[in-house]
Amino acid sequence: MAGDTHVDGNALGGMLLEVFGREMTDAQGCCAACGSVHAIGAMIVYRGPGDVMRCPTCDNVVVVATTIREQIRVHLAGVRWLEPGTET
Amino acid sequence: MAGTAVLRRLTWAIAEVVDRLDETPRVRSLTFDVPGWPGHLPGQHIDVRLTAEDGYQAQRSYSIATPADGTRVTSTVERLEDGEVSTYLTDVLEIGDRIELRGPIGGYFVWEPSRGGPLGLIGGGSGVAPLMAMLRARVAAGSDVPVRMLCSWRTAEDVIYADELAAIARDADGVSITHTLTRSAPDGWSGRRGRVDREALSQLAWPPEQQPLTYVCGPTGFVEAVASALVDLGHDPRRILTERFGPTGG
Amino acid sequence: MTFISRGFRRRQEADAPTNKLPPGQYVTRDFPVLSAGPTPRISLDDWRFELIGQVDQSRGWSWQEFTSLPAEDVTVDIHCVTKWSKFDTTWRGVSLDTLLDGVQTAAGHVMAHSYGGYTTNLPLDDLRGGKAWVAYEYDGEPLESEHGGPARLLVPHLYFWKSAKWLRALELRESDAPGFWEGYGYHNYGDPWQEQRYSGD
Repeated sequence: MAGDTHVDGNALGGMLLEVFGREMTDAQGCCAACGSVHAIGAMIVYRGPGDVMRCPTCDNVVVVATTIREQIRVHLAGVRWLEPGTET
Repeated sequence: MAGTAVLRRLTWAIAEVVDRLDETPRVRSLTFDVPGWPGHLPGQHIDVRLTAEDGYQAQRSYSIATPADGTRVTSTVERLEDGEVSTYLTDVLEIGDRIELRGPIGGYFVWEPSRGGPLGLIGGGSGVAPLMAMLRARVAAGSDVPVRMLCSWRTAEDVIYADELAAIARDADGVSITHTLTRSAPDGWSGRRGRVDREALSQLAWPPEQQPLTYVCGPTGFVEAVASALVDLGHDPRRILTERFGPTGG
Repeated sequence: MTFISRGFRRRQEADAPTNKLPPGQYVTRDFPVLSAGPTPRISLDDWRFELIGQVDQSRGWSWQEFTSLPAEDVTVDIHCVTKWSKFDTTWRGVSLDTLLDGVQTAAGHVMAHSYGGYTTNLPLDDLRGGKAWVAYEYDGEPLESEHGGPARLLVPHLYFWKSAKWLRALELRESDAPGFWEGYGYHNYGDPWQEQRYSGD
């Protein structure tokens, strides 16, 4: 179906684990635009030149991840806070 | 995994292919032996990285289809016609070959018996793979968490793990498994036909009053249609966990 | 020492005469869909394209008006910063020279605005002189929404992230400002022949 090329935060799990040094897909993130809280694994992810993570409630850009000259950068574009999950 | 240190390093490991099994003409399960593998939870995935001699690299994620088993990790790979990585994994890789992978990855789309239930597992195509890890873990642990599994496939030829699922449905208490075919069904097909829509879910998913934990995995369109229908039926969105594989099942 | 995967190579899709392929690119016959957000669904009744900002007079066109403008059929090669190039793509659209005809401006810069919020910036000079179009047909058919329809900017001499999908407006500006990807580390200009992928290249 056209328009279903997106994935979700699970797809960025490896990269985020690499950057934050701990599992992040079960972290809760608060959208800076609408204030809703979602697990990172539940955020919508558009893969383009970089990865754009958007709030499932309001589509606001929450995080942008780029890998430029092999350097990962995580832009905290529209996240008010992140709360890591409790490792089981 | 109580007591595991929170900080982890995720490094690429060189694993060896120790087994391969053709599940269907287009789908193969590959078992890797990964030195230093710390174990994993059902629902987690690995990242696989391929490097050509000219330095070109391609990386993809694959769900782990089995519960923790020492250093052994099994992924079920669907061969995509245009797939650069999937065709390598299904056509080229042989037992004894080595491959770079890292993991385990995932903390959201994860289930273990201690999380309880009732457990709903709804998968489309290769999206059934991580759900299989959950179901196999439930069975191996002798857990009594009741399970309703609903698997959607295009044709009967596409059904993965058919025999094992039939055996589990027959032998395990409290596990019901339904297959539905969306494109065509052979004569004598005793499963369902048609998409996993609101009607199908109202009949086959756990009733919302039982507050199930439901895991939905497969192509993006499938996952979103199912999750949305579950919410329409009254399910708590916070107890619906999703993993989207992208446009054609990943 | 990087581990090499036995027998793995990039999928060889098509050959290209080497002088047509910018550095670091490979040729594809596909038309990959990449985006930064959901595909906007715009009805042709609601669609509008505008030329705004540092202009003597803002201009706007409805779909009916826009598709009545003189249009051109062009065949161009396109180059994505993610390294794929596609040769001989055919489009129908209105040339920016047509759209800018008669527009008085002191602006040297443009910000392209898309439905859905995407932006990208370009020098005004790079839209003039037969180098850019607002395209609404691809390969002889109405431009599909996943490829930027109803209409997108088409600027084939720059990396394709500059060819903004779901084009809504071109804003002429006296000063330059970074668009979406430019603000996240991608090159401000984006010439594929100089391999200007990232800021600092």
